[in-house]
Amino acid sequence: MEQLFFYIFAITAVVAAILVVSMRNAIHSAFFLIVCLLQVAAIFVLLRSPFLAAVQVFIYVGAVMVLFLFAVLVLDVGKEAFREHMHSQSVPSLVMVAALLVIMGFMMFSGKLTVPPGAYNEAALAKNTEVIGRAVYTKFVFPFEVVSLLLLIALIGAVVLVMRERGKGADRNKPEDI
Amino acid sequence: MMPDISIILETLLIVVKAFIVTMVLFVMPLPLTWLERKIAGHIQVRLGPWRVGPHGVLQPFADMIKLILKEDILPYKADRFLFVLAPVLSMVPAFAVYAAIPFGESFKIPGIEREMTLYLTDMNVGVLYILAVSGLGVYGMIFGGWASNSKYALLGGLRSSAQMISYEIALSFASIGVVMMANSLSLVDIVKAQGGSLLNWNIFYLPVGPIWFAVFMIGGFAESSRIPFDLPEDEGTLSSGFHTEYSGMKFAFFMLAEYIAMVTISVLSVIMFFGGWNAPFNIPLPIPPIFWFVGKVAFFIYVFMWVRFTLPRYRYDQLMNIGWKILIPVSLVNILLTGFMRIG
Repeated sequence: MEQLFFYIFAITAVVAAILVVSMRNAIHSAFFLIVCLLQVAAIFVLLRSPFLAAVQVFIYVGAVMVLFLFAVLVLDVGKEAFREHMHSQSVPSLVMVAALLVIMGFMMFSGKLTVPPGAYNEAALAKNTEVIGRAVYTKFVFPFEVVSLLLLIALIGAVVLVMRERGKGADRNKPEDI
Repeated sequence: MMPDISIILETLLIVVKAFIVTMVLFVMPLPLTWLERKIAGHIQVRLGPWRVGPHGVLQPFADMIKLILKEDILPYKADRFLFVLAPVLSMVPAFAVYAAIPFGESFKIPGIEREMTLYLTDMNVGVLYILAVSGLGVYGMIFGGWASNSKYALLGGLRSSAQMISYEIALSFASIGVVMMANSLSLVDIVKAQGGSLLNWNIFYLPVGPIWFAVFMIGGFAESSRIPFDLPEDEGTLSSGFHTEYSGMKFAFFMLAEYIAMVTISVLSVIMFFGGWNAPFNIPLPIPPIFWFVGKVAFFIYVFMWVRFTLPRYRYDQLMNIGWKILIPVSLVNILLTGFMRIG
């Protein structure tokens, strides 16, 4: 049963991912990217990590993709419609894809990617969020803080960039004018 | 191999419950539209719907027949695929939220000795799930606005995406506050933590409770894009925003999603701040808990309508200022305060 669901989600995810890169319209690509991310969230549920699944939907599908669409909507995609797909990079991209496939295949068949699942029981799984929270705030507190600092820097960087733009363009592109 | 009879029963029960919840949600907008117009009428000192049936109670059915019979227009040069899909995209998340919403505690069904729960699932990430899924409804607006190939609709879609992003942050912060007060992400546990009496409700967790509730309500109004935050469908400047080009049943789906979003915010505010199905004080009468739940939700739905016909609409820059410069800083300070209170 679980295997069946896995294959449904996995096949949908792969098909959607292919459609993301093959669609001629940026909005359609964005739509299929949303579909793909949702399937990944579903696979997280199958892997007994509901917290990760909820965060995947919340952050990637709910926030990142909305911002992404916001940017794409203001572009004039109707006319561009991505006439050229590969931008004359077909040979390098094919080589890279082939190399990636070989490496991943090797890893998978040599058993280096598959790790036996750790000890778990239903009671521990029910406390998924608590376990993650404890791990993040005790054992991995240093990397966690580093990541949060990184995010803070990115945030301040974005604000600084906008401020500089404002000074030059004399409020030409105020975001409030939408 | 024959599965156990109790597993079949369990599955059947879940299917039946899901079916009932879906049907109730489907029918809900009928009385709500009537109520909304009636309340609008009385607030504006007129009668509201009057001619179809006594006090106009059959008006929603007349509207429904009209919407079903109306021509389903596909605008010239519209993006067919997304135009048809958009109403569904806004409706499905609105329904999916109810998979995690509890309506009451479990009780024994008389006759057969079986325990039945008044919720579909009690997820241990319930709050996160609801926030995540209810946020997906915005894609219906964005894609619908874009696919219509109309300037008004596109602007409506743009506005809704920016608005969602801004106010979802405030809404999530308010939910984090509640999670901190209840020490759990499960909605059932959040309600249980507020049991006992009125004073245990999160709204009375002074001084942070009322602030969280205000942040949550303002964010909720914006998330369900109701007045005073209905900028995506601002009639004054955008004709009717993202659904300008929609007609017939597709339009009805958008309306359905909007009404369900309003009910969802009402239900969530009851669960998170007003004790869910707990009675306000000990009453020696056998009143079923679901009565309190429905009563409180009905009150909040009324508040939504009351506000709609009392307040004017904000300007777009005011909307952004409220979201980013008031709600988010207030939430950040409030998180700190709540944290200190929980330690102390």
